Amino acid sequence: MKYNFDWSVVLTGEYHQWLVDGFWLTLKISAISIVLAMALGTLVAVLRMTKVKACVWFSLAFTEFFRNTPLLVQIYFWYFGSFVLLPEAVNKWLYKQDFEFASGVIALTVYTAAFIAEEIRAGIFAIPKNQLEASRATGLSFIQAYRYVILPQAFRIIIPPLISQFLNLIKNSSLVMTIGVMDLTYMARQIESHTFRGFEAFTAATAIYICISLVVSLTINVYNKHFLRQIKY
Amino acid sequence: MRWDVVWNNFDYFLRGSLTFNSQTMSFEGQLGGLALAVVLAALGILGAFWLGLAAGLMRLSRRFWVKAIAVIYIEIVRGTPLLMLIFWFYFLAPILLGTAVPEFQSTLIAFIIFTGAYVGEIVRAGVAALPRGQMEAARGTGLSHFQAMRLVVLPQALRNMIPSFVNQFVSLTKDTSLASIIGVNELTNTATQVNNRTMNAPFEIFITIAVLYFLVCWVLTAISRRLEKHLARYQARGR
Repeated sequence: MKYNFDWSVVLTGEYHQWLVDGFWLTLKISAISIVLAMALGTLVAVLRMTKVKACVWFSLAFTEFFRNTPLLVQIYFWYFGSFVLLPEAVNKWLYKQDFEFASGVIALTVYTAAFIAEEIRAGIFAIPKNQLEASRATGLSFIQAYRYVILPQAFRIIIPPLISQFLNLIKNSSLVMTIGVMDLTYMARQIESHTFRGFEAFTAATAIYICISLVVSLTINVYNKHFLRQIKY
Repeated sequence: MRWDVVWNNFDYFLRGSLTFNSQTMSFEGQLGGLALAVVLAALGILGAFWLGLAAGLMRLSRRFWVKAIAVIYIEIVRGTPLLMLIFWFYFLAPILLGTAVPEFQSTLIAFIIFTGAYVGEIVRAGVAALPRGQMEAARGTGLSHFQAMRLVVLPQALRNMIPSFVNQFVSLTKDTSLASIIGVNELTNTATQVNNRTMNAPFEIFITIAVLYFLVCWVLTAISRRLEKHLARYQARGR
């Protein structure tokens, strides 16, 4: 192998700035998608717990379909396929917005929400059934009982698997480069094609992803050690 | 709605341009589409099984450096997006090896290395879930550590891991869609090709391939759920 390393490409100058920009965009798209996916995932999980057949079926179909199709296909679907169903005027307006970013967020949100819903459902199942019955008996409505009694406890149990879902989302966000969102992976690829410094660019990007992942798994370990032990039912 | 576009290209989605010529009695064209995705996933899980078995057992080893190698491999790969790994093997193999590696082989290597790390964790968890007494008793009858592992611990542990392997296979089947990014002609790539050529039925095309992936993965998930229920009855548990 004959290769002269030139780390200055990724450590200083314009290309360094590209990587930094990509990193921020990865964090931004991940953060937005995580918040939305948590909201949607909770909704889908609670719908599954209701006694209304239509809600249960919707929730079941949602999780099964979005968990069992590739994220890349979903990204392509939202980006290329979904907007043809909308009216012409809405489309024109959409094209003026950051449509790539929006489809990326939608795809990541829906895909991750399906996984998060399953985690939350597992958390709800871990709460004894009489908690719901007792809180209903005190006069809370179904929604209030979930909001004040069941969900706060369920979330505390499932924080570790939820955090690893967040980590998956951050890694999965690399796929939005395929529709032109300029995230970390996109920038690494771009530097490779501009300078042929693939080794340096990919190493830098990979190192950043691994650092994020190590920080996250460290957080889970600390949580498991100090907090999870205190939760008892 | 232009479902005729999907219908006309359905063969192409399923098996690429491969056709059987009845005059010359031979196959012509290239395998692609869903068939290639499944082949890629099957070869990937096969390779990842052996790599993951090695990584999992190394991580359970008491020798520090053996364990360290496995931990570093597993942590690095699990912290890296699959797309990044695919790029590593596709763009940098030529620099390392001096020759270009075809897309199919380079993605397959990336899939094996990626899935191997996850299988390694499955193996570790599976072996750790067995009662310690199994290993101790096997050693007590005079088997060496290696023999005890191979003849007593692994047969039990691996059987309990079958559902996890099926789940990993499902997730690899979904991940094969990433091979399209560097130009392997699997299902997602056939779809983008047809979409680029026709330009008027993106909704129908992407819904169709999503449903194709869904059918394969959903059937596998259903099998894995049944296996889980079935195997739970025979499980030896620790503590």
